[in-house]
Amino acid sequence: MSTQAALNFNNLCEILEKHNNDPAKLITILQEIQEVYRYLPEDIMTFVATSLGISPAKVYGVATFYSHFALKPKGKYVIKLCDGTACHVKKSTAILEALQTRLGLNEKNNTSSDGIFTIETVSCLGACGLAPVVMINEEVHGAMTPELALKEIDKIIQQEENKQ
Amino acid sequence: MITLNKIDLDQISLAYNSSLEKISGRIILCAGTACVANGAYKIRDRFLEVARAKELSISMEIQKENSGDYYLSKSGCQGFCQMGPLVTILPANILYTRVKPEDVEEIIDKTIIKGELVERLVYKAPGKETLCPTPKEIDFYKKQRRFVLKDCGIVDPEDIQEYISRGGYKNAEKVLKKMEPEEVCQEILEAGLRGRGGGGFPTGRKWALTLKEKSNKKYVICNGDEGDPGAFMDRSVMEGNPHSVIEGMIIAAKAIGADEGYVYVRAEYPLAVARMKKAVNDAESLGLLGNGIFNSDFNFKLHVMEGAGAFVCGEETALISSIEGKRGMPSPKPPYPAQKGLWGKPTVINNVETLATIPLIMNMGHAEFRKIGTENSPGTKTFAVTGHVANTGLIEVPFGTTLREIIMEIAGGVTDNNGNIDNSKFKAVQIGGPSGGCLTAEHLDMPLDFDSLKSVGAMVGSGGLVVMNEDTCMVKIAAYFMQFTQNESCGKCVLCREGTKQMLNLLNDITKGKADHNTLILLDELAEAVKAGSLCALGKTAPSPVLSTISQFKEEYRAHVEDKKCPSGNCKDLLEYKIVPELCKGCRLCAKKCPSGAITGNLKEAHIINTEICTKCGICFDTCKFKAIVKE
Repeated sequence: MSTQAALNFNNLCEILEKHNNDPAKLITILQEIQEVYRYLPEDIMTFVATSLGISPAKVYGVATFYSHFALKPKGKYVIKLCDGTACHVKKSTAILEALQTRLGLNEKNNTSSDGIFTIETVSCLGACGLAPVVMINEEVHGAMTPELALKEIDKIIQQEENKQ
Repeated sequence: MITLNKIDLDQISLAYNSSLEKISGRIILCAGTACVANGAYKIRDRFLEVARAKELSISMEIQKENSGDYYLSKSGCQGFCQMGPLVTILPANILYTRVKPEDVEEIIDKTIIKGELVERLVYKAPGKETLCPTPKEIDFYKKQRRFVLKDCGIVDPEDIQEYISRGGYKNAEKVLKKMEPEEVCQEILEAGLRGRGGGGFPTGRKWALTLKEKSNKKYVICNGDEGDPGAFMDRSVMEGNPHSVIEGMIIAAKAIGADEGYVYVRAEYPLAVARMKKAVNDAESLGLLGNGIFNSDFNFKLHVMEGAGAFVCGEETALISSIEGKRGMPSPKPPYPAQKGLWGKPTVINNVETLATIPLIMNMGHAEFRKIGTENSPGTKTFAVTGHVANTGLIEVPFGTTLREIIMEIAGGVTDNNGNIDNSKFKAVQIGGPSGGCLTAEHLDMPLDFDSLKSVGAMVGSGGLVVMNEDTCMVKIAAYFMQFTQNESCGKCVLCREGTKQMLNLLNDITKGKADHNTLILLDELAEAVKAGSLCALGKTAPSPVLSTISQFKEEYRAHVEDKKCPSGNCKDLLEYKIVPELCKGCRLCAKKCPSGAITGNLKEAHIINTEICTKCGICFDTCKFKAIVKE
């Protein structure tokens, strides 16, 4: 086991312990685990199931039901494109299409192969006053256009290239 | 630290107010999600930086012993999101809009030191030159009745002492010390308060039903799983005045005999989660939550739980499943949560706004409360007004206000695609989110309340109002909502799971020009089946946006189905972009902006769109200054 994996596993055990291995806390437990791993690896979910004394199917069932949980690793930059009603009527779809075309992604294949970007649509970020809205990781960008959104992407690509 | 049980609200209030008297002014920075996104925190940092350079004392904490001459505090959403970031200067109550970090120095020099206005930051009504320096002069605020939102946008949501200093928790104290559960239920029943989460069920009756149940354990749940796209009222209350929700929950717990509660907040609202959690911790450490509150024998433990992204969890039985750690799927009613709720125990579930209204009713009494609003829908309602209007944002009006007052006066009128006000462009308002319906120009003067909306096939819902202009395609809007419910259907009921999918396919056929005369008949049949065959409100109301747009915009549907034309020019498959060579000046602007490189042509020569590469995104159409690009 690598050091990182051991560290993560330690965190995992702490999370389970903190919640007294209580199956009623499953959602909170999975949320905290996802913060450690950035997604929910299959073997970890099985481990959680055994620890809580419930079937892996139950854990998997909860993990697939809620959109907040990811079963595949997400990109370093998660681009959340708001498609709430207000953003929709202000043409958020054009922004989505522009981003997808630029990054060569689509609805099913939404993470770039280099693991840098994930594009998701969300139903409402609640910042309707700034519609249309794009959220990149925790940062909200309001009054977006396809052009401005692409500029943000280019900035990140530039940053990543400089790091290498 | 003040010990448990011995909390003295008056003492806290007195101490806070005397600190407030010591300061010479206050700067309130709106820190709602929209203003933060626009850089509110950068403005805060700039204020502190400039103050330091000018040796002006600005403090971010009021009750430090050497408290500054000026107190800089943040507030929850002030509602005027369009004009953010907002900065209010007290005591003059000057409201500065669209403030940037580089404006801060001027604000300090002119307004704070000399008491003069910085005119360019003062709001002016669109097209007018009169300055509106305080909210009293601004139409957006002037025509509202801020009741539940009164303190949102003023108080620091993370300072429990400020909430207490404005009479907070006084009503909980009164209820716990002097009232019997039956009296509390009766008071709310007589106030005629109806649930603000959508259905409009009388809150007092819900409470009385739960009180009646005999059980050793009962729960109160606050439903903050506000998932309607285009609605953010509950978020604003949780972010702006979280203690009002907690106080409402304490009163509800007393009224039904509960000793434990949950606040269930949507995962997409990280700020609301953080502020609710802090508020609960602060209330606990002052002994306002816990055992023996206010020296009574009343105990109340409150948890904050974060959702995980499922719209259906706004339905009460699904929400209960989610708190229990399961998939959030609804279950049949009866038994109602009042009889068998969380862990099988009697449970009351109320919406955020409903709970925040409770302390206000206890304070003013039911008779005064009934004077606001209409006979059958007393009180006020918050709405999130978005879409094609001049002032998007959060508003609060008494029930019985007309759409015309909301859209044309408070929201400042309808805008065209370029943001210019043109009320003649008004087409429709979508109210109540994916469960609601559309209202048109003929409904503009109808007083809005629970019953009037139901009678025209719409609903108050949680209060999302999306205004649409003439360039919006109603078939696409119906398809948009159908896509939403399709995604969010939990899959338990076949008709909701499969029926919404088929309805969506039919709507997509219409927008793609593949529909025939049977499509609308089929849609109608399916709508009835989905309504009848679904367990919860998500499925039962899923067809509403479709049925309502079909009945209000028959002609538009007909044009799509029979003429294969989209009158508003939105359905890509029914149109093509072309450049009129005679009008094209060859400025290259459209070619530069085209994301797919479909436009070619030399400078000062007419350009051509390659229809095979064109994704019909419409950017060129919006860009062209010479109207040389047409949709056909």
